[in-house]
Amino acid sequence: MQKIGVFVCWCGTNIASTVDVKAVAEAAKSVPGVVFSTDYQYMCSEAGQNLIKDSVLTYGLTHVVVCSCSPRMHEATFRKAVASIGMNPYMLEVANIREQCSWVHKDKEVGTEKAIALMKAAVAKAMLNTPLTAGSTPVTKRALVIGGGIAGMQTALDIADAGFQVDIVETKPTIGGKMAQLDKTFPTLDCSSCIVTPKMVEVGQHPNITIYAYSEVTEVKGFVGQFTVTIKRKARYVDESKCTGCGACIEKCPMKKVPDEWNMNLNNRKAIYIPFAQAVPKIATIDPAYCLKLNTGKCGVCSKVCGTNAINYEAKDEYLEVGYGAIVAATGYEMIDVSKYDEYAYSNSPDVVTALEYERLMSAAGPTGGHLVRPSDGKEPKTIVFIQCVGSRETEDSCHGGKPYCSKVCCMYTAKHAILTKDHYPDTDIYVFYIDVRTPGKLFDEFYRRAVEQYNVHYIKGAVGKVTPNAETGKLDVQAADLLLMEQLQIEADMVVLAAALEPHRSARPLATMLTAPMDTNDFFTEAHAKLRPVESATAGIYLSGFCQGPKDIPETVSQAGAAAAKVIGLLSKNELVGNPCVAHSDEWMCNGCSQCENVCPYGAITYEEKEFRMPDRTTKIRRVASVNPAVCQGCGACTVTCPSGAMDLRGFTNQEIMAEVDALCL
Amino acid sequence: MVYSYFPGCTLKNKAKELDLCGRAALKALGISLEEIPEWQCCGGVYPLSHDEIAIRLSSIRALRYAKQHEQPLLTMCSACHNVIKQVNHDMASDEYIRTRANAYMAQEGYEPYAGEARVVHLLELLRDDVGYDKLKEAVRKPLTGRKIGAYYGCLLLRPSNVMEMDNAENPTIMEDLIRALGAEAVVYAQRNECCGGYLTLEDPQIPKQRAEVILRNAKASGAGMIVTACPLCFYNLKRHAAESGVEIRYLTEILAEALDVRGSEAEEV
Repeated sequence: MQKIGVFVCWCGTNIASTVDVKAVAEAAKSVPGVVFSTDYQYMCSEAGQNLIKDSVLTYGLTHVVVCSCSPRMHEATFRKAVASIGMNPYMLEVANIREQCSWVHKDKEVGTEKAIALMKAAVAKAMLNTPLTAGSTPVTKRALVIGGGIAGMQTALDIADAGFQVDIVETKPTIGGKMAQLDKTFPTLDCSSCIVTPKMVEVGQHPNITIYAYSEVTEVKGFVGQFTVTIKRKARYVDESKCTGCGACIEKCPMKKVPDEWNMNLNNRKAIYIPFAQAVPKIATIDPAYCLKLNTGKCGVCSKVCGTNAINYEAKDEYLEVGYGAIVAATGYEMIDVSKYDEYAYSNSPDVVTALEYERLMSAAGPTGGHLVRPSDGKEPKTIVFIQCVGSRETEDSCHGGKPYCSKVCCMYTAKHAILTKDHYPDTDIYVFYIDVRTPGKLFDEFYRRAVEQYNVHYIKGAVGKVTPNAETGKLDVQAADLLLMEQLQIEADMVVLAAALEPHRSARPLATMLTAPMDTNDFFTEAHAKLRPVESATAGIYLSGFCQGPKDIPETVSQAGAAAAKVIGLLSKNELVGNPCVAHSDEWMCNGCSQCENVCPYGAITYEEKEFRMPDRTTKIRRVASVNPAVCQGCGACTVTCPSGAMDLRGFTNQEIMAEVDALCL
Repeated sequence: MVYSYFPGCTLKNKAKELDLCGRAALKALGISLEEIPEWQCCGGVYPLSHDEIAIRLSSIRALRYAKQHEQPLLTMCSACHNVIKQVNHDMASDEYIRTRANAYMAQEGYEPYAGEARVVHLLELLRDDVGYDKLKEAVRKPLTGRKIGAYYGCLLLRPSNVMEMDNAENPTIMEDLIRALGAEAVVYAQRNECCGGYLTLEDPQIPKQRAEVILRNAKASGAGMIVTACPLCFYNLKRHAAESGVEIRYLTEILAEALDVRGSEAEEV
């Protein structure tokens, strides 16, 4: 026999000003099953919680209904309170009479009527509530970080320093990511290599970190605490255990015309290569697309000069299967393809470059040794035009199909480029065309103002309409509009630099599918809560680090990387995970094997299995039935409403309970 | 294949060559045109205001004719093409315009129209329906050795998500045609910029400056001739072309010349 207690909260004046709380408590008294009801000013306070606890003990309550704020706010608080006196926490029900009632109504009479209805619905559900117990699963104490840029490296280091094993999977032959390609960093102008390469060494030497470079994740199975991941180790054709990175093979390789992606294809490398001198791991890789031996069978020079016999032309891709407790996505970004912005003549002139190419042109380790020159003729540029927001902040009707968001870092790196260029060549004329200059951040606006005020960079609010390579002068004719002076401008430029939009790395979308982690329409991973859970995916056990979650500069990336690591450490430090008992389960006798629940499940929690059933006539029959993995299920309920036979039900929110609530509201 | 043909006002007087040479060339390629009876001026410019329904009606009447006869609607003039194609897009995608325009159509006793007709420009007909390979075979007098620059202007390609003819910023449809006719296509940056258009009525200096920039760029890139499909571009460029020595022609003129239908057959039509 149910004995239900109803506790109506005033929430100060939040509820009490538009709901007659005493009337709600009074109305509860006449609802069948309710044996006690009362109201109190702050039910969530210690005194309020004690009132509930005392009443449970005094009146022998079996179920508790609290009429208060949203269950998102204080359900956990009240559940904990009743659990402390030995009541199953799932016997407690919250009726939301604040967010969904008092806050949206002005008329007290109407508000009270609605609060009573919501109270009755909660009582009806509570009548059917049954005790639920959460199960637990063990935790594999090893983390996987996907991506070896600054985000992935920082996350891995922080987890490893806490004493847990971490593996980094990186698609490139070396870790380091985009930051290793940058010349200097804003706003301090410290050398990017000088701060990132020591970090790479630290990662490489850390006893708790294993780097799988030149590798990819190809399959993810399992669930939080118990992931099984397949890692494809692409064939390097060089034995990692033997190569010393001496570079003799690279020197002798006759295949010289391979575009060097490390230098944004501004120069060439060999078919066997180490991306750059500080690579980690410093191991040579043969590029199978260009190697003469692999493509024609003739050559083999590298094998002859290798002192440690590390070259193996017969190498094949290898696959590893490793278990992890947590996975961190740190897949980073890439620049959009600017060739569709043909008005800027990127495809027609080598002197039109992207910002990342410009970065390499200024880097001491770049193709020009840090001597900034025009790619076309090697001359020093006298006039440079920077175009902002190429592909960022585009409206829906734009024919380019660019990104709606702001890429966030372009305003700052353009100011950096302008200042560094002026430092190289003080007499250079620099124009920056912008929509808005966005420089919030510590010392950011001061930095931008320095470019304008001290370095005399011409910032022009406006847009470039056309860049025309001029065959006669060898320059770029830039046609632009100054929107403040309402003037047309013609600028003869030596170089044009495009601040192209940054987009999530192309590997992010397939990875999200493997991880069953939600993404937004721009292919950024979605965080579990925009404000309160910014480094976790909605999928349990998946964490987000760096640009893959949204545009970020380096300090923000490092902060988020550390936050993601803290969450992973919190998970890995547990021996087992207590699950949420409000999960779906399937009545196997009612299941017709249609697979609809499996198709709608966003978490991959439902699988089908062939199972033997003993029928009433004592024969056995093999039937295909759904089975829910309670450790993966997040209790969203999508399967229960999809199931045509009513076999699927959600514990804590059973079909019966929901119907009872609806009946209480409508009948 | 039979096409409903919308010539447009200019093609009947100032730009006769565009019309006559185009018809002759298509005849030689085995394509029949049915000129829409009682066609009316397209309006010259696409009405940007949402509530201007009346001046969209002439385009809709032409589109409706093509739909009724189950023929694609062919245009040769860039401006007509731009107006008709944009209006067709409105009728397919904009409920407000469609409902109000169809209310007018109902008064004329016609069924509602919802953008069903396919609008093709001569260039699209040659590229997609005939095929440049086939066209190349039909060329009797290849324009070998000629250096020709295509001039797209602004109307032919934009707005690109409606016109869907080619990449608006780096088009190739006219260059490919020039190559199919045996000439060398000169690619120059200004080929898809505005010539100044109707501003010639308000301030002739603007089209003059624009024409000079375009002609200088084309000449520096090696073009001896510029071809266009737009009578207004033709007018603005031709007025200022003398100094540069660049010849300005309609693209149908070189088409007819290569197919060797210029003259007798052109006059017959």
